[in-house]
Amino acid sequence: MTDTTPNTPLETTDDPNLPPIARFLKATEIDTRLLGMIGALMLIWFGFHFYGAIVNGQGFFLTPRNLWNLSVQTSSIGIMATGMVLVIVTRNIDLSVGALVGVTAMVMGILQVEILPQYLGLGNGAIWIVTVIVGMSLGACIGAFHGWLIAYRGIPAFIVTLGGLLVWRGCAFLAAGGKTISPVDETFALLGGGPYGAIGSTGSWIVGILACAGVLWLLYSGRQNRRQHGFALRPMWAETFLGVLGCGMILGSVLLVNAYPWPKGIIRQYAARNNITVPEEGLFISHGFAIPVLILIAVGILMTILMTRTRFGRYVFAIGGNPEAAALAGINTRWMILKIFALMGMLAGLAGVVASARLNSATNALGMLDELYVIAAAVIGGTSLAGGIGTIYGAILGALVMQSLQTGMVLIGFDTAIQQIVVGLVLVLAVYLDNLYRSKTK
Amino acid sequence: MENRGTPLVELRDISIAFGGIKAVDRVSIDLYPGEVVGLLGHNGAGKSTLIKCLSGAYQKDAGEVYINGEKVTINNPRDARAHNVETIYQTLALADNLDAASNLFLGREIVTATGTLDDAKMEAETRKIMHRLNPNFKKFSDPVSALSGGQRQSVAIARAVYFNAKILIMDEPTAALGPQETQMVAELIHELKRQGLGIFLIDHDIHAVMELCDRAAVMKNGALVGVVNVNEVTDDDLLGMIILGKNPAKAA
Repeated sequence: MTDTTPNTPLETTDDPNLPPIARFLKATEIDTRLLGMIGALMLIWFGFHFYGAIVNGQGFFLTPRNLWNLSVQTSSIGIMATGMVLVIVTRNIDLSVGALVGVTAMVMGILQVEILPQYLGLGNGAIWIVTVIVGMSLGACIGAFHGWLIAYRGIPAFIVTLGGLLVWRGCAFLAAGGKTISPVDETFALLGGGPYGAIGSTGSWIVGILACAGVLWLLYSGRQNRRQHGFALRPMWAETFLGVLGCGMILGSVLLVNAYPWPKGIIRQYAARNNITVPEEGLFISHGFAIPVLILIAVGILMTILMTRTRFGRYVFAIGGNPEAAALAGINTRWMILKIFALMGMLAGLAGVVASARLNSATNALGMLDELYVIAAAVIGGTSLAGGIGTIYGAILGALVMQSLQTGMVLIGFDTAIQQIVVGLVLVLAVYLDNLYRSKTK
Repeated sequence: MENRGTPLVELRDISIAFGGIKAVDRVSIDLYPGEVVGLLGHNGAGKSTLIKCLSGAYQKDAGEVYINGEKVTINNPRDARAHNVETIYQTLALADNLDAASNLFLGREIVTATGTLDDAKMEAETRKIMHRLNPNFKKFSDPVSALSGGQRQSVAIARAVYFNAKILIMDEPTAALGPQETQMVAELIHELKRQGLGIFLIDHDIHAVMELCDRAAVMKNGALVGVVNVNEVTDDDLLGMIILGKNPAKAA
């Protein structure tokens, strides 16, 4: 492939002999699959926008309001999809995550509405903390139990979690006799987004600038590390390009979320509460990043570190690539599987927090069919069902693709039946394209 | 050449059964430093099973394992590695989706001060050892599924050699290799022998065993037929032991 003679280490990833596009991709080391996904996402976004513009006279997709809502709607599926990557990479499946959302949300609802106020007092600031901890722990315990049945009792994951789907959905119903628990604790509700559940203009700028600093630091320390070990360096122009691209996307999203103002009703309420007089032309208060989106980003970063920088993540991939080899290398594969399912359960508990907070209530149907969207998101994001391959960012992008399709079809007024058909077709098509891509690049 | 002090490994009366079938039946065998012992026998004779009791992949039903004269318990591959027993499996036991460095250090990763993987260090170390074993090896960032049979073999060998093995188990190390790579493995075995390692070599090829090994142990139907010094027997003798279970030492 490269023109370097044997025994001379590459000094740069730049190769002037390649045609321009190939040279660019090689020098920047951008994953072409990632490019493909972003291309597909753009196609969906612009497609729906212009379809709306042409057919309905106005496109609603590419507006700050819709994109902000899209980001919030993606959160709960995205959080679970990061965990599903680990499950699928190790050649397992978890069909119970939707039911786990339901049962954890229901238990958290009862806890914060009916039990904790008796002991802590209504509106106590600790209620949401206790609730979240209990919800995530419950999810982790249920997940660990599934993992134990799978790893130590040899029941296939498909069966264990299919049973879990039914059992935990039933438990969610029984927990409150089918009632809806509402409204949830005020602070807890902020975790689901909404005008108050966002960090505002200034907060978003701070997050954005920190993120930019993070990107630049990653590029810098990566370069230092490569130089120290004498590995091929990216040419300076490629590093600059990546830095500008990364920071540009971050700052662009800050501008976007800050361009979506609070609705008038909320501003009146807010002004009345804080004794502010609303001027004639109205107040412009930005939403900024929604809290559930920040939770998703934090989960994404932590899970990426876990998967790529720790022994745990390395073992996950090793088990997926060759379970026998992993065991012979001294990895306790059963214990690993148990931990992976526990982690998946904990993330389902966190998704339960976000979903019930966003709805401001816990219902026994919460998270229904989520398992299918979560698995689809992971698979569209490039996680191989044969095991061994998958990325966290891919799964989050996959969740965004799924949610974009849904939202887009709602905006242009397709009914539910058509939505289901389209989502189903896209899933199959995406996996087919992925197979083609993999066989081409092999 | 009966006794040369304490054997490096001594397997005593090892037995293991799978669902009533005795795969290995009271086999005793030993291995001295700087010695290569060949294990011969038909498919299903119990060679690999016996050796997996030493490498920790299987747990023996009965019998004892001594390393340097001390009785040890080996319940899993981790225990075996802790006693400097390294194994090159017939299947190579590589995770195909990981690169050479990740496979080499699998289960024994180098970590930084903060506990995260030090991939750069591991790759640098891999480059060093591969340069020694197989200077033509260049594909450090590709998953091992993209490598040729010989390259994969050298990754598996590098993994066994890198961690200062004292006892090396090689299960048909040349089965998937071309002539040139087979020669490379033969040279490596000589080199490791000089360094004082003890090697168990499982092989179907009698000529390879006669060339590389000091002693040969032959198994048939789970039982040990006999152990012979390779330079005292002919290949016909060995064949007779493998096929008929006839021990030339007893006949003589």
